[in-house]
Amino acid sequence: MYHREWVDRLFGGLKSSGTWVLAVLWIVPLAYIFWAGFRNPQVALSLDITSGWTFDNLLYVWNAAPFGRYYFNTILLVIGLSTTQIVLGSLAAYGFARYTFPGREVLFLFVLLQLMIFPEILLLENFRLVSSLGLYNTIPGIGIVYAASAFAIFLIRQAFRSVPEELVEAAEIEGASRLAILWKVYVPVARPSIAAFAIMSISSHWNNFLWPLIITRSPEARPVTVGIARYLSPDTGIDIGSLSAGTVIVVGPLLIIFLIFQRKFIRSFTRSEIL
Amino acid sequence: MKVPPDSELAQLEGDFLLPKRNIFSRLGHIPNAGFAWLVVLPAIVGLAAFSIVPMATGLWKSLQEPGIGGGIGLLYYEEMINDPVFRIALRNNLFFAAVIVPVSLALGMFMAVLVNRRFRGRSLVRLAFFTPAMLPTVGAAAIWLFMYQPDFGVINALLETLGFQRLNLLGQPNTVLPALMVVMVWKEAGFFMLLYLAALQSIPEDLNEAAELEGAGEWYRFRRVTFPLLMPMSLFTSIVAIANSFKHIDFLFIMTNGGPVNASNLLLYHIWEAGFVHRRPEYANAVTVVLVSILVLLAVVQIRALDRRIHYR
Repeated sequence: MYHREWVDRLFGGLKSSGTWVLAVLWIVPLAYIFWAGFRNPQVALSLDITSGWTFDNLLYVWNAAPFGRYYFNTILLVIGLSTTQIVLGSLAAYGFARYTFPGREVLFLFVLLQLMIFPEILLLENFRLVSSLGLYNTIPGIGIVYAASAFAIFLIRQAFRSVPEELVEAAEIEGASRLAILWKVYVPVARPSIAAFAIMSISSHWNNFLWPLIITRSPEARPVTVGIARYLSPDTGIDIGSLSAGTVIVVGPLLIIFLIFQRKFIRSFTRSEIL
Repeated sequence: MKVPPDSELAQLEGDFLLPKRNIFSRLGHIPNAGFAWLVVLPAIVGLAAFSIVPMATGLWKSLQEPGIGGGIGLLYYEEMINDPVFRIALRNNLFFAAVIVPVSLALGMFMAVLVNRRFRGRSLVRLAFFTPAMLPTVGAAAIWLFMYQPDFGVINALLETLGFQRLNLLGQPNTVLPALMVVMVWKEAGFFMLLYLAALQSIPEDLNEAAELEGAGEWYRFRRVTFPLLMPMSLFTSIVAIANSFKHIDFLFIMTNGGPVNASNLLLYHIWEAGFVHRRPEYANAVTVVLVSILVLLAVVQIRALDRRIHYR
């Protein structure tokens, strides 16, 4: 068999040494800003760990705007939205996966197309549409455009297709209704995919910025990403204290949740048959 | 006195005894095809309302010529083509996508291969790779704004110790776009790693073992066994990556505001600026039509590939 040995050795060497180099490279920027967030701005860059620690940066930014409210809004939004997406997505996926009906192919192509077209691309018209529904500057106004997710339908349908026929037949013989079969047979099989979707949905909407920026005006509806933006790069010029503290505020909580659940999280991803 | 006949009584009784009819018990009588339509419909309506409808109205508005009695025409499109800012934004965006899509996919795949082996500290490495993907783009932007700062940034401190001059990477037209690409790749590669990891774990062990027994080296195995088996996932990740390269522009708001002199302006940012800063919705709609066309075109190409896979599996 022909293969070039030196390429193999290079590849093998890159794999073992490169792993840690790459890992350190990837985590340093994040670690560094957390470091700076808790340091006195004058000594933020010194590596002396015995002095210079402070909570002042954090307290200063936290007290400058209603971040409690911003966080509350974000949490409300991601919980409501991911629930809605999963309910609507499971229902649609059930229809696509279990039944043949006139128009199915066309409708599914339509869903696939939506993987590329997002509500925030159609910024102006969605702004007008949502405003005319009276939802400007409300949390439902942020969420409604994402309520039906093509990605959810696609992912859950893939999982539903692996439901064994015998299970469905057994449930039918027991007289279970179609919705009961969805709930008791299909959904449990698709649980890893649904979990993986929920994670993606929560993180992407927690992190969303552009659409909430234009559809909200006041702290009552603004999520934390929009609320913090002003402190990250103000017109007056960037200062190290509020930039690093602002970053800690915006990434900290989600990061902590992620670190607590990361094992489950990565496992649910690798076990879900994403494609 | 008239007594109702038995049959009527029985029916009355029956009605009384039957569980209360609600919307769910009626659902049971709908034929399967109708039921399927019913469950699919809410999602379809939701998707259509905030994509098809605004696409259509946006297109319609972009074709209206201004003034009373103005007809239908391509005035805004002419203006767009002659607008240097639009041309720069389009060129920037294509360049941006052409670099970050392959780079972040390749890196994600490489990372996945790295952490698919057993070794000490594997979960730590996975964590290091993936964590940036969890951050808000706004947060990632702030981190790199910090890294790139000319006066206190790490990158410049590094440059200086290596004997180079300090550079304002975000402040110069020829370095700003590459600097932003680094941010996007840093943020996105971990997510693709996770998806590829999921795909790698579904590859049967014995395939690799068989190749190993035959004496195939690591690179050969990767190229001939692993890589082809990752192709289906790559189709999906490339959809996500391309879409992201047009959609994720949040970092511009934190890092550059599209500057200096539009050197980092991207299409969606240009749309935002035209619509919400310069208050020119018709013109912004014309640019939106272009952006949507690019995405639909890419979607059609990819769906055809995806479609083949789904049908022939």
